[in-house]
Amino acid sequence: MAGGVWVFAEHRDGSLRKVTLEAMSAGKGLAGLLGEELAAVLMGEGVAPLADTLAHHGAQKVFLAQDSSLAKYTTNAYATVLSQLVLQNQPSILLFGATAQGRDLAPRVAMRLEAPLASDCTALSLDEKGRLVATRPIYAGKVIATVLAEGSSQMATLRPNMVPISEPDSLRKAEVVKVSAGPSPEGIRTRILEVVQEVAGAVDLAEADIIVSGGRGIKGPENFAIIRELASVLRAAVGASRAAVDAGWIPHQHQVGQTGKVVSPKLYIACGISGAIQHLAGMRSSKCIVAINKDPEAPIFKVADYGIVGDFFQVVPLLTEEFKKLLVEG
Amino acid sequence: MKIIVCLKQVPDTAATIKVKPDGSGVETEGITYVINPYDEFALEEALRIKERLGEGEVTVITLGPPKAKEALRTALAMGADKGVHLSDPAFEGGDSYATAKALARAIQGLPYDLILCGKQAVDDDAAQVGPAMAELLGLPQACVITKLEIDANRKKAVVHRQIEGASEIMEVSLPAVFTAQKGLNEPRYPSLKGIMGAKKKEIAEHNPSSLGLSPEEVGLAGSKVKILKLSPPPSRATGKILEGEPREQASQLVKLLREEAKII
Ligand SMILES: Cc1cc2nc3c(=O)[nH]c(=O)nc-3n(C[C@H](O)[C@H](O)[C@H](O)COP(=O)(O)OP(=O)(O)OC[C@H]3O[C@@H](n4cnc5c(N)ncnc54)[C@H](O)[C@@H]3O)c2cc1C
Ligand SMILES: Nc1ncnc2c1ncn2[C@@H]1O[C@H](COP(=O)(O)O)[C@@H](O)[C@H]1O
Repeated sequence: MAGGVWVFAEHRDGSLRKVTLEAMSAGKGLAGLLGEELAAVLMGEGVAPLADTLAHHGAQKVFLAQDSSLAKYTTNAYATVLSQLVLQNQPSILLFGATAQGRDLAPRVAMRLEAPLASDCTALSLDEKGRLVATRPIYAGKVIATVLAEGSSQMATLRPNMVPISEPDSLRKAEVVKVSAGPSPEGIRTRILEVVQEVAGAVDLAEADIIVSGGRGIKGPENFAIIRELASVLRAAVGASRAAVDAGWIPHQHQVGQTGKVVSPKLYIACGISGAIQHLAGMRSSKCIVAINKDPEAPIFKVADYGIVGDFFQVVPLLTEEFKKLLVEG
Repeated sequence: MKIIVCLKQVPDTAATIKVKPDGSGVETEGITYVINPYDEFALEEALRIKERLGEGEVTVITLGPPKAKEALRTALAMGADKGVHLSDPAFEGGDSYATAKALARAIQGLPYDLILCGKQAVDDDAAQVGPAMAELLGLPQACVITKLEIDANRKKAVVHRQIEGASEIMEVSLPAVFTAQKGLNEPRYPSLKGIMGAKKKEIAEHNPSSLGLSPEEVGLAGSKVKILKLSPPPSRATGKILEGEPREQASQLVKLLREEAKII
């Protein structure tokens, strides 16, 4: 059986990333079309139990590289092990999540192997010759490109939230192939000194199902409390416009838009955001958009599925109350 | 300290981008071009490092059409010392792979202690050229950085790199490639004096052969990811404006999200 479709299995704090499972779903579809096997590459220290989860999600084979040098992600160590594995096994396709890690690792591995890499893809398919065809938004989503990857071991990073996770089957087993990994011969030229967590338990924007965002119209940093209250009822992540970020009301990690994060949640609630082109670029692919703005002419209403022309300070607390009734009190 | 900054000229983020009717490209008429916003952070950081150390040289390099020279001139006006322009019809239409290869080739011929890029170009949104060049040059990398402290004597840098929900603080030995994220600094505007001075600064030119590359290795011919078609994003259906008092609007919305959109 030729090549295979591979997924780089990213994990954090002992569990697989959601986008890894999404990539498994996408990979399973591609592997089926090619008539090849689906495999996952799992690297780290003490991560062997995750091989079962990968099997449940369709991996027929799991390449397992465990070593203390892989305990924390570093570009060099990971790129070395992964490139060697790809060279030896020549998979047809290799998928990564378009996460901080995937976006750091994939270009490095692709260049080392002179393989094609399509970044931040929203859909993956094959052409009649079985080559990888990817859909990827460019110009922050103002344009959609369909691209063809030419070469062996075609690579892509998959944007979170684009592919539904297929139902796991807890009876499935995978063949686990142990891969030896020692300290990278080139030596360690990077060293992680510390990881500073943001607010504990905060939902990450890129992977969030629901995002509640605030803009200049919420008038001040203290009013993000109103946004956060709604977000906590909905288990949503908190986003912001650049105006709110530039005013220093909230850190840049929360910025949505062309120079912030491009997001595609199921539900995006924009509060006091006018809908400038750079903001729309970052959120217009959301499945459902709600806009709350007191100006009926605000451009955000052009992309909104549901619009409320009204005052943030009146509407949002009432909305939180209504959601609470439905979701918390049932 | 010798610092190289890679910058790309891109359409202004405020520009509406229209796809040509046949899907072969985008309409360029009426578009204003700027330095890629993330590359401005990279350049600003380079200038600050030079100013802080009181010595050094900042070289800006771009691959792009003749018009991209404007971006180099702006960077020189902001304070960069030298420009390098990779300009030739053969470079056109290159993907990240081809672009990184040509840029790395040009950089190999220059002295450097540090290479700064933007985290991504806001036109192709690939976020590949920085790490791809690091690989070709055999250098360590740190992507999406929001803070950079250079210890010139020890040839090391400490960077803060943004990851999901956290910042990673990393020590990296130099030379290295870093890609800049917003938050790193506030870029300056070129001064009038800078603009005047920039006219006299040197811009070196390169084509594929001066880099020792064949025309097949660059541009569209040298690319591995090829655009088949461009299309506008799917348009969104007209939405509903919810009428009534705030309380009614709120309860209507919750009902619609549950029953019509089936999200909640
Ligand atoms: C290079 C560049 C990159 C950029 N990148 C981004 C980006 O990534 N993301 C981004 O968001 N922007 C970006 N921008 C900025 C963008 O152009 C806008 O300036 C910004 O999005 C405006 O933010 P805003 O909607 O919060 O503010 P405003 O445009 O000021 O809108 C505030 C809105 O709040 C409404 N409002 C006021 N009071 C109330 C109230 N009591 N209740 C309800 N509504 C109220 C107003 O009617 C108004 O529509 C970028 C700009 C540039 C030049
Ligand atoms: N044509 C180019 N000329 C110079 N630098 C570039 C070019 N393309 C990309 N870069 C650099 O690489 C970064 C990432 O670009 P990209 O991989 O295209 O998203 C940019 O922010 C620039 O710093």
